Amino acid sequence: MTAEPLLRVDGVRAVYGDTVALHDISLDIAHNEFFALLGPSGCGKTTLLRSIAGFETPAAGRIIVDGIDLLPLPAHKRPVNMMFQSYALFPHLSVERNIAYGLEAEGVGRAEIRTRVGEVMEVVRLGHLAKRRPSQLSGGQRQRVALARAIVKRPKLLLLDEPLSALDRQVRASMQLELKRLQHEVGLTFVVVTHDQEEAMSMADRIAVLNEGRLEQLATPQELYADPGSRFVAAFIGTANLLDGDATAEGVAVPGMGLVPAAHSLDVGSPATAVVRPEDVTVGTEVSGGLRGTVVDTYFLGGASTISVEVPGLPAPLLASVHGATRLARGAEVGVTFGRATAVPRDPSQPPSFGTTVPTTAITVTDGADAPDAAEASAPTRSQDVSA
Amino acid sequence: MTTTTPQATPAVRAHRARRGLAAAPFLAPGMLFLIVFMAIPVGLLAFYTFFKRGRFGGLVFEFTLDNWAKLAEPLYVGVILQSIGLALVVTLLALLLGYPMAYAIAGLSPKWRTVALVAVVLPFWTNFLIRTYAWILLLNNAGFVNQWLQAIGLTDEPISMLYTPQAIVVGLLYMYLPLMVLPLYASLQQLDPSLREAATNLGASPWRAFRTVTLPLSLPGALTGCIFVFVPAMSNFVIPELIGGGKTVMVGNLVRDQFYEARDWPFGATLALVLTMLLVVVIVIQAAVSRRITEGPRRG
Repeated sequence: MTAEPLLRVDGVRAVYGDTVALHDISLDIAHNEFFALLGPSGCGKTTLLRSIAGFETPAAGRIIVDGIDLLPLPAHKRPVNMMFQSYALFPHLSVERNIAYGLEAEGVGRAEIRTRVGEVMEVVRLGHLAKRRPSQLSGGQRQRVALARAIVKRPKLLLLDEPLSALDRQVRASMQLELKRLQHEVGLTFVVVTHDQEEAMSMADRIAVLNEGRLEQLATPQELYADPGSRFVAAFIGTANLLDGDATAEGVAVPGMGLVPAAHSLDVGSPATAVVRPEDVTVGTEVSGGLRGTVVDTYFLGGASTISVEVPGLPAPLLASVHGATRLARGAEVGVTFGRATAVPRDPSQPPSFGTTVPTTAITVTDGADAPDAAEASAPTRSQDVSA
Repeated sequence: MTTTTPQATPAVRAHRARRGLAAAPFLAPGMLFLIVFMAIPVGLLAFYTFFKRGRFGGLVFEFTLDNWAKLAEPLYVGVILQSIGLALVVTLLALLLGYPMAYAIAGLSPKWRTVALVAVVLPFWTNFLIRTYAWILLLNNAGFVNQWLQAIGLTDEPISMLYTPQAIVVGLLYMYLPLMVLPLYASLQQLDPSLREAATNLGASPWRAFRTVTLPLSLPGALTGCIFVFVPAMSNFVIPELIGGGKTVMVGNLVRDQFYEARDWPFGATLALVLTMLLVVVIVIQAAVSRRITEGPRRG
């Protein structure tokens, strides 16, 4: 960061009873940045967001926005606005009155409220629904009201709690674009909390990956994907073949498979995992010089296909991705070679090779294949998980 | 969804009719009960109002409108108005006392919430008459309240509290406060806590958030509570009789007296019918207002 950060989270620690929800989290967010807090449910991302908004009180640390320490301020005096996961629209007020609520609380004059509410409704394309009640709106429209209500206050920082999780896949994609457009148009700083890595990857300038209350890695989406800092990040971001072994000078020695060449700065002999993205795996009947295996399944995803290959000696199938459709069929004998691989440290308490690694990512792939159903079906449970 | 097309095809209509009939086995027992014990007695009352009284109760089958005309007499108008007034005072006090109670209970941890709710309902486990007699023991001139007041030296003479309109209010309030607290609690407890957070996040102080979000959204519960208190308070006759000493006559007493003392069944029926109609009107208004609050003004 070159300039003074807009938001500085400094050593924030949150504790519930005996469990530590946040372990001394520190991060800076720049002006006009689109920042994502990403992690599975229970990782602490929502606690951090709610601490910034003032709904949780951290046990230690500072949260500074534009040079002002927020923690001594009650929630209603903080210069941040939040879009709630449930949208939390006031059911007894019209769209217009919902959006005007924050300005009325601030004591803005009637005429100015009318102009600003009108402007914002144009920005989120809600002008024709001004008089409706929230119960008369679709999910996507409600979300735009929630967004309008938050941005009409022109906050320094806009917090979004799982902004897209309650929407179906079609609306999601368009809302995603809309959020980006809005961020450029209005020039706001966004902090988005999400459990959906695709969502974070496609929208955010930078992503902080949280796991069990700790900051695993903070980087751009490209860096996170190409150069994960930990085994958790490698598994959580995108799809990966994770091959557990020990670090050698040239890469990672994987039991039952041999050396996977990978660049790394780990100590030789330390437990490590080789991370190979599916697009860096080459599979074919003519491919030689690498491993031999059998095609277990192929998944056609439109622009690309994923091929799952069982290699004797490996606990789980390897995943490879190719452009377009593949001519390989189930049962085909193929050769497998690796292109680029990276190595990440591995928790030594885990056994060198455990079978759950690749299947988890394989599930991610199938999830992508029939996602419309899956996304809809799991949305309500997810939202409960996150708020719990 | 209320998107029924105006001209439904015969097939659709038949289908709807079948669906209506399918509910019949479930509705029938309850409907039958209501017809036998509600619709028929009310019909009978309405029938009675148009005939002359018999000498020792009962009626003489001679058509007359006298019973309705008699309602306009200042004595009866006064009683009806006084009943409405007392019931309104009781309802208002119940709302003022019950709202903070319900609000506090809704904010308790689940364990204490159960304890508090049981405590609210506990008086219902004791017989209504016994509890009313307990109030007599408390309020009479030699009662506990006067003893305590004299013991701590606040008064020298006993204050006469029993057999006053105030005593009726206290008795009715005591009787029906739980009926205010429970629906209020239910509506406060089901409010999404994120609504209040949203209001706070948008810059509303805790008081403003309460006034503009929590309070309006708990109004349907408050209205239900008001009905639950107003309706029985208005028609109660035991408490005015026992605690009010029969001096302050409410509509309920009047109805009872017409049947048992004056033996004027037709006029008693007229009063009862008027009371019922008044309360039905109140309930219909409450339902309409509640719907308007929750669903908003009609579209278009």
